[in-house]
Amino acid sequence: MTNISMTVNGKTVSGEVEGRTLLVDFLRNDLRLTGTHVGCDTSQCGACTVHVDGVAVKSCTMLAAEADGADVATIEGQAGADGSLNTIQAAFQEHHGLQCGFCTPGMVMAAADLLKNNPKPTEAEIRHHLEGNICRCTGYHNIVKSIMAASGQDVSQLAAE
Amino acid sequence: MPKDSGIGASSKRREDVRFLTGTGQYTDDINIHGQTYVYFLRSDVAHGKINNIDTSAAAAMPGVVRIFTGADFEGIGSIPCGWQVTDRHGEPMQEPAHPVLAQGKVRHVGDPIAAVVAESLEQARDAAEAIDLDIEELPAVVDMKAALSDGATKVHDDLSSNLCYDWGFVEENKGAVDEAIKNAAHVTTLELVNNRLVANPMEPRVAVGDYNRANDESTLFTTSQNPHVIRLLMGAFVLGIPEHKLRVVAPDVGGGFGTKIFHYAEEAFCTFAARQINRPVKWTASRSEAFMSDAHGRDHVTKIELALDADNNFTAVRTETYANMGAYLSTFAPSVPTWLHGTLMAGNYKTPLIYVNVKAVFTNTVPVDAYRGAGRPEATYQLERVIDKAARELGVDPIALRRQNFITEFPYATPVAVEYDTGNYPATMDKLEEIADLSGFDARRKASEAKGKLRGLGVNCYIEACGIAPSNLVGQLGARAGLYDAATVRVNATGTISVMVGAHSHGQGHETAFPQVVAEMLGIDENMIDIVHGDSSKIPFGMGTYGSRSIAVCGSAMVRATEKIINKAKKIASHLLEASEADIELKDGQFSVAGTDKSVAWGDVTLAAYVPHNYPLEDIEPGLEETAFYDPSNFTYPSGAYACEVEVDPETGKVTIERFAAADDFGNVINPMIVTGQVHGGIGQGIGQALLENCAYDENGQLLSASYMDYAMPRASDVPFYTVDHSCQTPCTHNPLGVKGCGEAGAIGSPPSVVNAVVDALQSGGHNVTHIDMPVSPSRVWAAMNNA
Repeated sequence: MTNISMTVNGKTVSGEVEGRTLLVDFLRNDLRLTGTHVGCDTSQCGACTVHVDGVAVKSCTMLAAEADGADVATIEGQAGADGSLNTIQAAFQEHHGLQCGFCTPGMVMAAADLLKNNPKPTEAEIRHHLEGNICRCTGYHNIVKSIMAASGQDVSQLAAE
Repeated sequence: MPKDSGIGASSKRREDVRFLTGTGQYTDDINIHGQTYVYFLRSDVAHGKINNIDTSAAAAMPGVVRIFTGADFEGIGSIPCGWQVTDRHGEPMQEPAHPVLAQGKVRHVGDPIAAVVAESLEQARDAAEAIDLDIEELPAVVDMKAALSDGATKVHDDLSSNLCYDWGFVEENKGAVDEAIKNAAHVTTLELVNNRLVANPMEPRVAVGDYNRANDESTLFTTSQNPHVIRLLMGAFVLGIPEHKLRVVAPDVGGGFGTKIFHYAEEAFCTFAARQINRPVKWTASRSEAFMSDAHGRDHVTKIELALDADNNFTAVRTETYANMGAYLSTFAPSVPTWLHGTLMAGNYKTPLIYVNVKAVFTNTVPVDAYRGAGRPEATYQLERVIDKAARELGVDPIALRRQNFITEFPYATPVAVEYDTGNYPATMDKLEEIADLSGFDARRKASEAKGKLRGLGVNCYIEACGIAPSNLVGQLGARAGLYDAATVRVNATGTISVMVGAHSHGQGHETAFPQVVAEMLGIDENMIDIVHGDSSKIPFGMGTYGSRSIAVCGSAMVRATEKIINKAKKIASHLLEASEADIELKDGQFSVAGTDKSVAWGDVTLAAYVPHNYPLEDIEPGLEETAFYDPSNFTYPSGAYACEVEVDPETGKVTIERFAAADDFGNVINPMIVTGQVHGGIGQGIGQALLENCAYDENGQLLSASYMDYAMPRASDVPFYTVDHSCQTPCTHNPLGVKGCGEAGAIGSPPSVVNAVVDALQSGGHNVTHIDMPVSPSRVWAAMNNA
């Protein structure tokens, strides 16, 4: 067992983990931050996407011990202190970018990573950026639309609905 | 002007806030004090005889609480099948036992053999590796036709063969259909495979069993679309727990698509084991486990013949389908290739004679059951593909051929025993031609060709049957449950409302859409209304969500209950207003006396119901709470027309979806935003089936596609923006909302248009390709181009 500590959503946390404990399991089981989800076991689906030191990471691909000392952001830390949705979250609600909600935390975290580096992505750039995030509900239409809207682009002229 | 609340408004989803902030509560987010974890040791062979299971070393491993095997389940019921099909000779289907843990034999890769319960999942997994298994591998049957051949290995030794049933529908029509095909001016024949799929909701299945020994109560938290169905099946047929001692909770559920309808062994195990060890037991499927234990979908092999007269009128359809059941009968498996498939073979067309034969077959594969559309995609695909092929053979326009044969008068009784209440197929086709800009296709094809690409256009129609009912009819057809639904409208003293519904929302947005209906009826703010669902201890005995039934069936129950509320509230209002009940009108949340300015507000009436000081106690009870059960008199029949444009790269065979348009008729629409999203999602899954997804077994029954490394899920870059329209609305005539259901349409309607488009593209390039089986992968397209 190893003692680790890190900053998660601005708070210092610590815990004792086995060497094999994944970051996602530490977040979910030790910290009870259950907004980060596990949808596969091959690092394909992206439901577990969090930010580690400002970079989007699939938290199932990283050992908890590797995140020792890191600054971690999860979906639970995205809304304002008063509970207000951030720009991306609000765009997902406005444009129906989620249905069952299970992939959603990963989508929001992946979108935040994209918009940080590419504030006005094209449709193709968004679709390419989401290649590591699988959604089974939306057919992606409204996810892509939400991210375009969150970046301030006019989405009213997209394919008719 | 779009409405901003009530029926027809695109109200923003209230459930989104918790999902967007990580505060939803899915089953795996539930942790109960003292819980243990179970790991299932599953078969790695498709078929084998269990000679011995030695758990002694494993039982001594750290943290192990108890290890269970099939022997622990002797005397416990079999996982039941909920639908008995009668074959064409009047005999019941063959129905094998399905033990919770394998007894004597394993019958598919993934069949659970032993279950290790330990203090942690890691300890359970470690101990499972120490179980000494002696399994004698037996020959496996995978191919359905081989499974039916003489001398084939039997999946179940106690059955006479691997044939579950041989179903004919309508059997009395067979001779006339054969005759019509023999005498037809033209017969188009197509043999095709409807590929096996895995539903793959993003949330894997989870079960948490809990037991309170003091009052002998069991609770199961599970990823289910229908908690009452699970309570019924598991309580009554497997574990023998009476309803009042068994609570089933399906909290937030991360997608279902059919595969979370069924009662699974893991649910029964966790409930049973929690009682045995008197501690909570939690199971969370890995994705690989999901691939080998979630019921799969589709997997039909079909030959369809379409007969036409000299004027290109459809005169008969004859089909022969082999339908894979897998190793055991999943909950609704027998109904999918029969009553959910054969009854839809008329499609949108007035074909007078139809005969459907289905042979359901046991194989050493994971059980197959309903997946989004369930039988209706299989019907639509074969019919819309054979029509397209017929049009090419006859040299006629495929849209014109469809239009010529459309049903145009309603109600319409099909030769496959259903009666369509409403529809307007020419109108949806007109709408499709408009929104898909079909008149611009030739120019787009030229542009593609200028880039060295082949461009194809595929069009198809679909008809769907949703909200399967009435219960007495489906009982005659073999259903072992009712298919009504239920709602309780509980009005609180201050006028706010909780509606307890039997439907379950796992992405469909019921928490938003259902209140819109009640708000519209009462004329109050929809935010005064909340929906309660998913907990058998809180909701009436409804049947859950599948088959696009929620708003048509449960929504109708909610309307009936709300009508009772209004009737009672009017009585109260008439007392308060000292007026005749017949003169009371309800509008915008105010009860008024017709023709006067006397009125009383909704909240005054609801308060009077619970503080009945000034109240007609001699005539009516206090309180304001009503329940209704609703059993529909017929299915609903959504329909539509879809168009897909593809580009094919002739160098690689890669198919790209360039445009996709869907014109649907869902009858009345409660929340257009949500309905549009449902269609998007269905199209995404349909494109997945058509281009990417395939659940593959090798000849030994090894599952080759058991992870996202091998099973190609559609990604954002595989699909375009979709053009979706549901302005063609012919309301359902037999439910109070005039709604038809929209959840499955996209998945039903989209695969044929994709394949039709690919064939069109290849033919435009001079390739004499008439069919490619799904998934239309680059290798298949390339091979078709280069062999044809």
